[in-house]
Amino acid sequence: MEEKIQLNDAHEQTFTVHPKKFLLWLFIVTIIMLFAAFTSAYLVRSTDGDWLKFDLPPMFTMSTAVILLSSVTVQVAYWAAKNNNTSRINTALIATIVLGIVFLYMQVKGWGQLVDENVYLGGQYSNPAGSFVYILSGLHGFHLITGLIYLLIVLYSSASGKVSSLNLLQIEMCTTYWHFLDLLWIYLFVFLLVNN
Amino acid sequence: MSATHSGSLSDAHAHDEHDHHDLPWIRKYVFSEDHKYIAKQYLISGIVWAVIGGLLSVLFRLQLGFPDADLTWLKPLLGDWIQADGKLDPEFYLALVTMHGTIMVFFVLTAGLSGTFSNFLIPLQIGARDMASGFLNMLSYWFFFLSSAIMMASLFIKTGPASGGWVIYPPLSALPQAVNGSGLGMTLWLVAMAFFIASTLLGGLNYVTTIINLRTKGMTFSRLPLTIWAFFITAIIGLLSFPVLFSAALLLIFDRSFGTSFFLSEIYIGGEALHHEGGSPILFQHLFWFLGHPEVYIVLLPALGITSEIVATNSRKPIFGYKAMIFSIVAIAFLSFIVWAHHMFVTGMNPFLGSIFMFLTLIIAVPSAVKAFNYIATLWRGNIIFTPAMLFSIGLVSFFISGGLTGIVLGNSAADIQLHDTYFVVAHFHIVMGSASFFGMLAGVYHWFPKMFGRMMDDRLGYIHFWLTFIGVYLIFFPMHYIGIAGFPRRYYSWTGFDAFSTFTDLNELISIAAIVTFVAQFIFIFNFFYSMFKGRVSTMNPWNSNTLEWTTPINPGHGNWPGAIPTVYRWPYDYSKPGAAEDFIPQTIPFSQTPESNLPGETDEN
Repeated sequence: MEEKIQLNDAHEQTFTVHPKKFLLWLFIVTIIMLFAAFTSAYLVRSTDGDWLKFDLPPMFTMSTAVILLSSVTVQVAYWAAKNNNTSRINTALIATIVLGIVFLYMQVKGWGQLVDENVYLGGQYSNPAGSFVYILSGLHGFHLITGLIYLLIVLYSSASGKVSSLNLLQIEMCTTYWHFLDLLWIYLFVFLLVNN
Repeated sequence: MSATHSGSLSDAHAHDEHDHHDLPWIRKYVFSEDHKYIAKQYLISGIVWAVIGGLLSVLFRLQLGFPDADLTWLKPLLGDWIQADGKLDPEFYLALVTMHGTIMVFFVLTAGLSGTFSNFLIPLQIGARDMASGFLNMLSYWFFFLSSAIMMASLFIKTGPASGGWVIYPPLSALPQAVNGSGLGMTLWLVAMAFFIASTLLGGLNYVTTIINLRTKGMTFSRLPLTIWAFFITAIIGLLSFPVLFSAALLLIFDRSFGTSFFLSEIYIGGEALHHEGGSPILFQHLFWFLGHPEVYIVLLPALGITSEIVATNSRKPIFGYKAMIFSIVAIAFLSFIVWAHHMFVTGMNPFLGSIFMFLTLIIAVPSAVKAFNYIATLWRGNIIFTPAMLFSIGLVSFFISGGLTGIVLGNSAADIQLHDTYFVVAHFHIVMGSASFFGMLAGVYHWFPKMFGRMMDDRLGYIHFWLTFIGVYLIFFPMHYIGIAGFPRRYYSWTGFDAFSTFTDLNELISIAAIVTFVAQFIFIFNFFYSMFKGRVSTMNPWNSNTLEWTTPINPGHGNWPGAIPTVYRWPYDYSKPGAAEDFIPQTIPFSQTPESNLPGETDEN
């Protein structure tokens, strides 16, 4: 009888990924499509001529390092959750949030550097080449803010003792999302470097 | 056996069921998370929008059919949009066309169709308690509601709603100086569509996740009803294409409000040059149609799935070519992403590139023809029961064929030079996409009404509704082919200035009269719908003798759908008139061990 039950349960599980996790992956797919559309539009437009050449702000290089570091800290938080080390979860999550905010601050500083280079979002002296950089980094920044909110929610659950090795789903999904946002920025950064 | 061991997931849902009884009424009747209730919310919203969208089309048909008529009597409804001389305001005419397209494509045939039937049928037909995330599902409807409210508000502002066409091409849509509707109206349009896209994505995420994760025991992909296959592929198309529309809309918002130049370049207004430089309006068209073409199939595929189910049930025959149906849905979905430029043949694209897109476009005829042949082969020598749902499904097949044939004509990049932006195009897509999907939606309502409200709709009113609508649709759209071939351009307010088109006065009048009659005929349906909801004959559990899982639920399924355990599935959903079987249908829940008299070789419960 024991065996039979197990067999049945195996049948019940039509798919091995948790539905919520699957939802997150699909959500990530939609974000990928959004940025795929933007970067394709960028490529199509850049071949049309009248395309401003300029250097990416140095701040973007540094912010890339910061967001890479935040991926490390969020992973540390996840590992800490696996080992039930609540204080380390909290420290690592707070570090990630701080790094995320620093990243956003640096992106805004980077926009300032673009303005110093006479690259504008809109107006008389703007060129789509520059506008695209603002829009791509801005939209990524917007998604990063949603990631920060997510981190805060996880931090709150962790502080209320709801994150542990038995209760990994939330922090695991948050980690996935944050890593994705990190990768997304690296993709955009490299894309802009190569095509600028 | 299986009843006692339902999986952990379904158990969790079963517990939910008990919690939900104590919900305050606002969570039950307004912010409900029950998929059946959300489906009904979508359906009612869809019907309201369909009436508004239809009414707008009647208004501009009045102008087209009777250009000299005095429309002063419409002043109470339209106010200043009727000019002092009793004529419709030309700019408002453009707004009517734009809003009719937007409302019908997005609010009725995307949200009203997918929103209703994906929500209603996915959990019921795959054997799930509810959607993967009831909360996101609820959010999806209320985003749609917010979007609807904003779009509705735009109809009532002083400068009028968006009027650059439902495709909102810049620079027309980007510059308020171009047309009044490109001011506040266009802003509201863009905001409404942003919420709409969010709503569609939330819905789509849920549909795909639910179908992949929450199928009941035995419900393999090869046993899924074709409705579910269609909803599944539709949701995937939506997830891949709507973000692209969002990107186009976002860039347009920046061009309009933040002075960027993505789509605008070297424009002079009143002799003054605008500061925009370096933009490309063609870029917008690429982005738009990368959504726009798949959107056609987002609208059509659910209707085709609903038709597959209804045609098989009411022919009392297995659907012909089940696997071929699935492959053709997948093929159509794949092709839909690589044909978008056939909307842009006359934008000055490289003719060689045009030939490639023409080739890819014509390939769509293959899976489409497979579907059409399969419907006809299913009907062939079946014991056909002409319920209203069945009539509407057959009507869909008719439109799918007659509208699809003109698609082959339009897909030719050379022929398109003559036919582009004429009434030929209008006729084509109104038959194959508009009317076909609309018929699929109506068929679905007639067929699943008993499951939604526990009562039957009136058949006789259904027949009258069908024949008036079916004949009406052909009377409206068939003559448009002739007008279109003659070169009559779409979106024109008035054609009386051109002698060449005077000969079509009668035809235009006929179209307009047919449109009005068809529109009025829809109120038969609306009366039937609301009357039957309260006063209709009480339904039996399985009124159509159908095989799928939703008919194993109680007549009025409660939260969680099945009061006990979720049934297990043993066979595909199309065992109709199986040789040897006592009845002409065998529900999916009957194991092969109970039907030794009709089992084919190799059909055992272990498989």
